[in-house]
Amino acid sequence: MVVHAYAEAIAYPAVGASLEVEHISHAFDIDGSVLPVLDDVNFSVKPGEFIALLGPSGCGKSTLLRLVAGLEPPRSGVLREDGDPIQGPFPSRVVVFQDPTLFPWRTVWNNVALGLEAQGILKSQRQRVDAALELVGLSQFRNAYPHQLSGGMAQRVALARALVNDPRILILDEPLGKLDSLTRITMQAEIVALWQRKGFTTLLVTHDVEEALFLANRVIVFSDRPARIKADIAVNRPYPRHRGDPRLAELRRNILGLLGLDATW
Amino acid sequence: MSTYSASKTVALPQSAEEGAAFAGRPLSLPTAFLANGTTVFASLAWVAFGLSCLLWEDLGEWSRTHALAVAAFVIAAGILLATLSGSLLGRFGKGLQQRAPWLLALGLLLSLWEVATAKFAWLPLPFFPPPQAIVEVYTDDLPKLLDSVFASVKLQLGGYAIGAAVGFLTGVSIGWSRSVGYWVHPVLRFIGPLPATAWLPFAFFTFPSSWSASTFLIALATAFPVTVLTWSGVASVSNAYYDVARTLGAKPSFLVLKVAIPAALPHVFVGLFMGLGSSFAVLVVAEMIGVKAGLGWYLQWAQGWAAYSNMYAALIVMSLLCSGAITLLFKTRDRLLIWQKGVVKW
Repeated sequence: MVVHAYAEAIAYPAVGASLEVEHISHAFDIDGSVLPVLDDVNFSVKPGEFIALLGPSGCGKSTLLRLVAGLEPPRSGVLREDGDPIQGPFPSRVVVFQDPTLFPWRTVWNNVALGLEAQGILKSQRQRVDAALELVGLSQFRNAYPHQLSGGMAQRVALARALVNDPRILILDEPLGKLDSLTRITMQAEIVALWQRKGFTTLLVTHDVEEALFLANRVIVFSDRPARIKADIAVNRPYPRHRGDPRLAELRRNILGLLGLDATW
Repeated sequence: MSTYSASKTVALPQSAEEGAAFAGRPLSLPTAFLANGTTVFASLAWVAFGLSCLLWEDLGEWSRTHALAVAAFVIAAGILLATLSGSLLGRFGKGLQQRAPWLLALGLLLSLWEVATAKFAWLPLPFFPPPQAIVEVYTDDLPKLLDSVFASVKLQLGGYAIGAAVGFLTGVSIGWSRSVGYWVHPVLRFIGPLPATAWLPFAFFTFPSSWSASTFLIALATAFPVTVLTWSGVASVSNAYYDVARTLGAKPSFLVLKVAIPAALPHVFVGLFMGLGSSFAVLVVAEMIGVKAGLGWYLQWAQGWAAYSNMYAALIVMSLLCSGAITLLFKTRDRLLIWQKGVVKW
């Protein structure tokens, strides 16, 4: 069986980058004591793959994303994007955070333009901003300020702000965590569609097992802090997926078992 | 049943139309009186003020009593006319109606002031001049007063601009760079809380002219609050904004100019507002003591010659200037921080 998404990803081999996470360990200093958060985490991601990182709250998943984004260097281990070590933030790896963190003093259009402006290429590439707004369906709100948007709209703007840079790796740090369930369902489908259309590699941190199974090619389950990989589960189901799929329900039960929540079943 | 509901729906727009026509037509006098009671009373209060000027003889020698009475009658007539023409005046008419209670109070107050000073001297005379004496200052001493206004504005603008710029740059630097903060912060702690006026003796013998000394003092008084608030504004910018900008490829200069400064601007404006207030105080003191020009000096001079009406006239001008400057600052802020509408109020 050919998984549709793989076919898509292969159709744009240049877009998605591969990612190597090699023996990553990390810790925080808190009041003089060392708090380990990641313990020898090891996995690799093929170009164009959609990976979901699942684990108990506070286990260090988001820290791993910050390391991939280059916002912090790891204590030990190496991260590689297409074979090259990651040494700092770069617009080929863009993060969408749990909070939209739009700049309140900028209009929607200017928020989306942020990356191009920071890279000094906005003047010649203005149409990319329009296209990104079109992509998330918010062209009419280009002149609105963030406080005038609903939570879902703000998160869509944050998505457009990331996508306008044509990222090779899109890093999603619980982007739908604070949205109401209806908006979340709509946006899950939108994210799948965008990913299939653009072919970027995606890393998604989530607490929601169903969301992980609905979106990802692979679900990596982490242990409690310090995070270790407990399981790496392939989700070989075609897109678009159906929430009632019995295979997904089975996987869901397995994963909840791994997280120690099987008693609720 | 159906006809009944139909006639009912038709009746509504009809009455609305009537209402519009009613509002558009100039009102007849009794109706106007009822609808605009306060404006009419305001007009009457100004008539009373005019009459209070004319009914009794002045106790002193003032040349503008009649002119003042005429002006009061003109204002009264103006208010009345504006009321009668009603909604023809549109926004102006509405504004007038809103301010009618103030106009009324002002008319009454002026009448009382006139009677209490010029006519019966209930308030001791040289110290409490009547309104016409102040009008006389504005008409007869205008050139000197204007010179003073010009000198004050010039001094204030120069000092304030320098202080605001220095304060802003210092604030951004210590908010951004830890090493700059290490050196500047203690100095700021030590010098900042000192009232700028305490530097007066030092400034007047260190600087080549009293004008440059005063500019320095005004700048000092402005710079301290601007520095502290800019600094706290820059320091309190959420790290999440920097993270977002950095992942999108922002360099340090972009982080300062396009993230830290815009995010800190609301704080900066609080600092500018506080700096404006304290710089006014320094301006007046500096003019009274050192600079031989400006409204502060005019006040001092008027008091020295027991020219109390000149003193009051200068005070009124000064208060108009200060409140005008603050209004201007607020307008600038509202324009620059339009994104804050609905987010923050202060």
